[in-house]
Amino acid sequence: MKLTEEQKALLEGSKGETLAKVMESLVRYGELFGADEMVPVSSKYNHLVTSFGLKALGPVYELMDKLIEAGAPSGQKFTVDPKPLDKNVPSNFAQNIVFKHFMYSRQKDYEKQLRELGLLSDKAFTCTCYMDEVGNKPEFGDVLSWSESSAVVYANSVLGARCNRNSGIIDLMGSVIGFVPKFGLLTDEGRKADWIVEVRTEKKPEAQLLGSAIGMKVMEDVPYVKGLDKWLGNVLDDEACTYLKDFGAATASNGAVGLYHIDGLTPEAVKYGEDLIKPDAKVYVIDDAELERVYRDYPVIWKNKDASPKLCFMGCPHMSLQQLKDWTDKIEKGLAMSGQEKVTVPTVFTAAPDVLEKFARTPYADRLKATGVITSYICPLMYMNNPLSEKMPVITSSNKLRTYTSARYYTDDEILDQLTKGGK
Amino acid sequence: MKAFKGRVVVPGRIAAEVLVSHQGLNTLASFQKALQFGDKKATCGDQNNPDLYGKQMAGKALCLPQTIGSTTGGLVLYCACSMGRQPACMLFSNPIDSLAAAGAVLADVWLDNVRMPVVDSLGQEFLDYVKDGMNVVIQEDGTVLVG
Repeated sequence: MKLTEEQKALLEGSKGETLAKVMESLVRYGELFGADEMVPVSSKYNHLVTSFGLKALGPVYELMDKLIEAGAPSGQKFTVDPKPLDKNVPSNFAQNIVFKHFMYSRQKDYEKQLRELGLLSDKAFTCTCYMDEVGNKPEFGDVLSWSESSAVVYANSVLGARCNRNSGIIDLMGSVIGFVPKFGLLTDEGRKADWIVEVRTEKKPEAQLLGSAIGMKVMEDVPYVKGLDKWLGNVLDDEACTYLKDFGAATASNGAVGLYHIDGLTPEAVKYGEDLIKPDAKVYVIDDAELERVYRDYPVIWKNKDASPKLCFMGCPHMSLQQLKDWTDKIEKGLAMSGQEKVTVPTVFTAAPDVLEKFARTPYADRLKATGVITSYICPLMYMNNPLSEKMPVITSSNKLRTYTSARYYTDDEILDQLTKGGK
Repeated sequence: MKAFKGRVVVPGRIAAEVLVSHQGLNTLASFQKALQFGDKKATCGDQNNPDLYGKQMAGKALCLPQTIGSTTGGLVLYCACSMGRQPACMLFSNPIDSLAAAGAVLADVWLDNVRMPVVDSLGQEFLDYVKDGMNVVIQEDGTVLVG
């Protein structure tokens, strides 16, 4: 890799052993992908994936301590994924013990580390940092050192920023040095599509199912999706962005997609059209039957497959303001139709602290509260990833949560039925 | 013995028993429970991976196409290495992905006394050939001998 004099000096230890190792990590990481130079990080803020003080990740915190001791904070302020704990979320006595004293016993210390390294604010904990209310929204063409698969795929695809699917720790290192290796999704060639996905459904496809199907088929490749603008339109309005948030998270978690193009909708597809498609691109046709097949193939790992759900999580990734409002309307309507007053399954809607704050100032907040739904800033994944929660029959319409935990996936309509008609 | 030649990501010479995942390894889903709850065998916790679910990953020659899923993947792999619960080596049929690459490089640069050789680009034929329980020998130049 061709390095500048400044970068060479860093690598040789001009600013100490820790920064030399940071540089070595990034250079070796980049060289594996044929990077021939490091390019400046140009976004205003960074975003990190590691938000949890998990006892098991001790080695990560030791490494972060080394950065702090070396006087090497992040060069940018950053947002970070959601917190793993919120007392508003229902949990039993045993779960509380496990969460606080066993799993997340390092949470307080870790948050202190984050503040020392450059945490944007105490409200900066969300996986949807790109929401207007949060304000970490890169510009078209910005080079990022982000991680969090759902945020990276959104930034690349919907905002037109440039970011590889960086791992935790690498995300912070790019920001500490101020440069990232140029390869993959940072290059024009790497942003071209390996797949043409033709959506031929008779109804608007469920975002989470469509994303899952595409993710499992294309894995880490770039898909160019045709036929979806028929359902989403040609304007990136709130509704389209929310759909793409959930769609993208499913492509990234069920596969390893870092960028997708939606014909006639996402910025690069609008700008370059089918010139983005590689000549030898493969074709994947998706109709209603294919989505049904994908859905039916999901394993259900509940011990009792007929158990009544004990909890419902919505918002992985975190919900948008519009989503919170739309779901308030839907739940009220569903309850009215079924003659119920409250949701029949304990339900948690999760969103960014800033989004929840804004939601709380709308009339929807009291209406949603009246249905019995709880709102929280928690990370549902972090709540679910332990043997106690794993035994609970939890339902969700998040394909990301389904992939990483024992939560059972249902479509939005099915979830609505369960919440308003009896939880069966 | 059949020989396959790949690219060296982290050099090393080691012999180990094969464990194969024919689909992408979801690093977070596979390792998280093992790291959290002190499972030294690193039993795979990924319900969506029928090849690996419930099997010991620590000390095995993990053969796979690539890793997938959460971008915590690299740091999870780094932690597995730091805690001595890593596979003996990782053998990728595809070119390595960015998350596995991060974990492998971070462990090699930052951890003393931990070595997990990693070879990629071994090809689909390699992944089709290896079976659980076979033995492999990894050589410094990226040659993988399967017997």
